Amino acid sequence: MELVSTSALRARLAAGGFAVTAEISPPRGASGDPVRRKADLLRGWVDAVNVTDNQGAHVRLSSMAGSMVALSAGLEPIMQMTCRDRNRIALQSDLLGASALGIRNVLVMTGDHPKFGDHPGAKPVFDLDSIQFLWAARTMRDEGTLMSGRTLNPPPDCFLGAVENPFAPPAGFRAERLGKKVAAGAQFVQTQFVFDVPAFGEWMSQVHDLGLHERCHILAGVGAIRSVRAMEFMADNVPGVYIPEETSRRLRGVPGDRVAEEGARIAAEVIQQVREIPGVAGVHLLAAGNEAAVPGVLSAAGLGLRDTVTGDAVAGDSHGR
Amino acid sequence: MPKEAAEPHPIRPARPRLAPRTAYLLQRVLAPNAFYRRLAAAVERFPVLRRLFTATEKRAKEPLFGCRMCGQCALPVTGYACPMSCPKELRNGPCGGVGADGSCEVHPEMRCVWVVAYERAASQGRPGDLRRLHRPVDHRRWGESAWLNYWQGREDTLWTTEDVLSPALRAGEPSAAGADEPAPGEGEPGEVQTGELQWNS
Repeated sequence: MELVSTSALRARLAAGGFAVTAEISPPRGASGDPVRRKADLLRGWVDAVNVTDNQGAHVRLSSMAGSMVALSAGLEPIMQMTCRDRNRIALQSDLLGASALGIRNVLVMTGDHPKFGDHPGAKPVFDLDSIQFLWAARTMRDEGTLMSGRTLNPPPDCFLGAVENPFAPPAGFRAERLGKKVAAGAQFVQTQFVFDVPAFGEWMSQVHDLGLHERCHILAGVGAIRSVRAMEFMADNVPGVYIPEETSRRLRGVPGDRVAEEGARIAAEVIQQVREIPGVAGVHLLAAGNEAAVPGVLSAAGLGLRDTVTGDAVAGDSHGR
Repeated sequence: MPKEAAEPHPIRPARPRLAPRTAYLLQRVLAPNAFYRRLAAAVERFPVLRRLFTATEKRAKEPLFGCRMCGQCALPVTGYACPMSCPKELRNGPCGGVGADGSCEVHPEMRCVWVVAYERAASQGRPGDLRRLHRPVDHRRWGESAWLNYWQGREDTLWTTEDVLSPALRAGEPSAAGADEPAPGEGEPGEVQTGELQWNS
């Protein structure tokens, strides 16, 4: 008897559709209302939404609680899990908890170092790296065992995601690193911000050479920059974000009150360009606190409101499980 | 960048690093054999000898590699750049925050250990070394002698013996994207068609 996942994201990807995901950062406070408000903005426009895990190592409402709020607001969550704050006991435990609560998508990442956050003196955990945790999560789901070998009853049901930065050195190893993640268990991947489409295309061709697009759904990260200050902040303070000269020139070349518009235009163009690259299965809108811009960018890129893909599509598709 | 210019990382390899050629030569010299196995077993029988041996290993490896004595050495498959000197102690490759110039995101004055590892392994024709999956660190082993463990076969399962990107491990031959139904027996994305990647081996 096959287990039918209720992940709509998985259903969309399995059906060969072009997936759209976005991102919600939970608030610094003990209320789910901000998550609910952001979910209201995004519902209907995206297949699922990432709920970040104390991003930038700044304390926020937990990603599991935020995911539950999104789920109850009718928006499918992708729960982000970093290896920064939890050892292997807590990671496995939270994966079970998320599954029990009906959170069907989990995105595994190493996580920013505490040094960059609001508690720079915190102990960096990194007991597992993202690849080891993907491996553990897949083993838990598919073999029904913990890392210790003890059996799970029932095992968790999760669609496993990873992240990759196509632009970071060493350039020759980035596609291979994705390959390691896929071998470990990643079923979909969201990339870091794509501004430099030719460089992204170069990485995608390496991904093709390794056959990874056949084994993993690749979503290109796209974001609308809303001000020159935001751009400078991202370039200087967010590890792994590269903004090419061309993008910078375009944003600086318009009057201050038109930068957000130009940023949204660039994002829409990037979406249209990456869609043409074979093997790109969708886009991931990195909002950077600008969730309200997402619908505009998507409609400018020709991605209107989503039709619903039901779990039935999974049952009928051999990619499903 | 955050305010302060990063406190110096406690242990760093001496500059210049041991040449990759020399490191791989050392690998052949130190490869496990019956002599080393018996030697290691003998050393372990005497606590004083064991402590002395372990201290000597530390004296040698700390300046050479920035060794932290994790007791489960990954150097043979990381171009002899120690992954435990990565601030996130990543054993499977670099994080996504490497600077465009190859600098570490946490300690920008240091080069990313994995950028160094990649260059060194590639320079010796061994880029495939980095394509193995490393199992998690056993934190009970900190402070142990990795050489004694290595010679007695306790490190045989630290990483997969296979290059996980080798064609044999790919789930089926690539076909046109999203075109046909996968062939019977072909896995879903993420499935690996091998017993090689067992969690416990």
